Amino acid sequence: MLNFVVRRLVSTIPVMVFVALFVFSLIYFAPGDPAALIAGDQASAAEIERIRLSLGLDRPFFLRFFGWLGDVLQGDLGVSVFSQLPVTTLIGQRLEPTLSLMVMTVVLSVTIAVPLGVVAAARQGTWIDRFVMTFAVIGFSVPVFVIGYILSYVFAIRLNLLPVQGYSPLAEGFWPFLKSLLLPSVALSGVYVALIARITRTSMIEVLSQDYIRTARAKGLGQGPILFVHALKNASVPIITVIGIGISLLIGGAVVTETVFAIPGIGRLVVDAILRRDYPVIQGVVLLFSLGYVLINLCIDLIYTLLDPRVRY
Amino acid sequence: MELLNVQHLRTHFRSAEGAVRAVEDVSFRLETGKTLAIVGESGSGKSVTSLSIMGLLDKKTARNSGSITFGGRNLLTLSEREMRKIRGNEIGMVFQEPMTSLNPVLSVGRQIGETLRLHQGLSRQAARTRAIDLLRLVDIPAPERRIDEYPHQLSGGMRQRVMIAIALACEPKLLIADEPTTALDVTVQAQVLDLMRDLQKRTGTAIILITHDLGVVADIADRVIVMYAGRTVEEAATADLYARPMHPYTKGLLATIPRLGSSLLPGEPARLEEIPGQVPSLRKPIHGCAFAGRCKFSVDLCRSKAPVLERKSEGHSVACHLADNGVSA
Repeated sequence: MLNFVVRRLVSTIPVMVFVALFVFSLIYFAPGDPAALIAGDQASAAEIERIRLSLGLDRPFFLRFFGWLGDVLQGDLGVSVFSQLPVTTLIGQRLEPTLSLMVMTVVLSVTIAVPLGVVAAARQGTWIDRFVMTFAVIGFSVPVFVIGYILSYVFAIRLNLLPVQGYSPLAEGFWPFLKSLLLPSVALSGVYVALIARITRTSMIEVLSQDYIRTARAKGLGQGPILFVHALKNASVPIITVIGIGISLLIGGAVVTETVFAIPGIGRLVVDAILRRDYPVIQGVVLLFSLGYVLINLCIDLIYTLLDPRVRY
Repeated sequence: MELLNVQHLRTHFRSAEGAVRAVEDVSFRLETGKTLAIVGESGSGKSVTSLSIMGLLDKKTARNSGSITFGGRNLLTLSEREMRKIRGNEIGMVFQEPMTSLNPVLSVGRQIGETLRLHQGLSRQAARTRAIDLLRLVDIPAPERRIDEYPHQLSGGMRQRVMIAIALACEPKLLIADEPTTALDVTVQAQVLDLMRDLQKRTGTAIILITHDLGVVADIADRVIVMYAGRTVEEAATADLYARPMHPYTKGLLATIPRLGSSLLPGEPARLEEIPGQVPSLRKPIHGCAFAGRCKFSVDLCRSKAPVLERKSEGHSVACHLADNGVSA
């Protein structure tokens, strides 16, 4: 097991190097000159040239890449062109709201979607099933910002139950924190709930037709233990997989959600950075998200072994 | 003492193309501690009969009529909640497919102990101890180790032993074994049958053995019912049935059992006999005798009038117009 974890971690190194190369070259080939941007509109050509030299932008591609990679490995993601602050500091400031939003969305979505999918499968073809599936289609097709504005209008502006916008850090109390995140995470969970509920339903329907479910019924077990112990554990591998894949959806959705609800998170950071061509920040955030994604997939592979004894690494 | 009395059981399934008449009027009784074999081909209604007793048919599509009296109660009228207390507790069931009938993601101990905790209210620890005893009872070596293993770590024969252990965990009064040996190797088949017979002696449970193989019946059953197209065609004590089969279908089945060296004997056919034709479709009502289309003795009467199950001698009934003359000679 430990052996597997180590091997998996080692095997992520080439992936991450590739991601780093991709991220770096994307920026390298993108139009626009960061030196000119920093120098401002009135700068002379000599001034721009001086900035270019100081940033090392005149060096060849691979020299710049490995220089940058070496810094990254030492935990130095560079300095923001715009604010002159280290990228790690910027990301650090913005990490809590985004992580909180994502964790809350995952928890909320899984708690809603899995039971919905299970019930839809158990009552396949009935009005409950159709209701859940209709709900899923809506969740898939309505964009996050639309759900976000509707929720914000109804619950914050009309009913005045929750804050319209903004983020309250956990350090300033749990209730304000929870209230500030509730609407954004509900808005963000729409697609995610739809995805998980559909996979849960499909996976459960297949499992419920298996012989061992008949055995469980022949033992005299009730509907609850049959569905949630005997069937769900067997159906869980595809569900866990889609929960993991869906996190990439959340990363994209978080950018939009943070904008709608004015949450000072990583999503906002990267959007602002793109608008200002703040390359070091963009690179840092993309690398961070990639690393997060790789680690989540590793966790999912490990969860498989807990859920299914036949999976061995 | 009478344990189970099935009277005029009829099971029809609703389907898109109309009703499927899986079981048409089956009646039998079973005494405590005895073994009844139900024999027939695929589609004869033998598995549907057993699932009706367990109440495991899909209630949305299956319609039962008649009565199934078990320990004084008609199982067909009980609620789902009442049936749950009987399943796994008073009636245990072993299925045909040991490879797929155990839950792959739960340990053997969990799957045996679950029944004990549910019906007998045992603690986790007590259920585990009892589960180890049960594994020992069904002759699984090293039960202390096997109990923490998962089905994929066991052979087919061992899995079927585990199924038997689950079925017998609460010492049921009735064990229904639906083709328990069909999926197993021949040598393992014999072991599993021996085990069931041995356990019956120790626990006094009654057994309904469902099989298409008359060969396995001889050793274990007290009485035999032969089913065809959802109907009982013959019922007799086992020895009587083997010695004096009356229905042409029963004779056909007996002729399909290979006997060692039979092809070398003069006057014996070198080729194993088969019953020509197929079981009739259960989607259409059958007029006359269901077997008439495949029966080499059939006469006009067979195709126009359905034979009723009649008692021909002590404890031996048959449903055949010709059973008295010619055919049984």
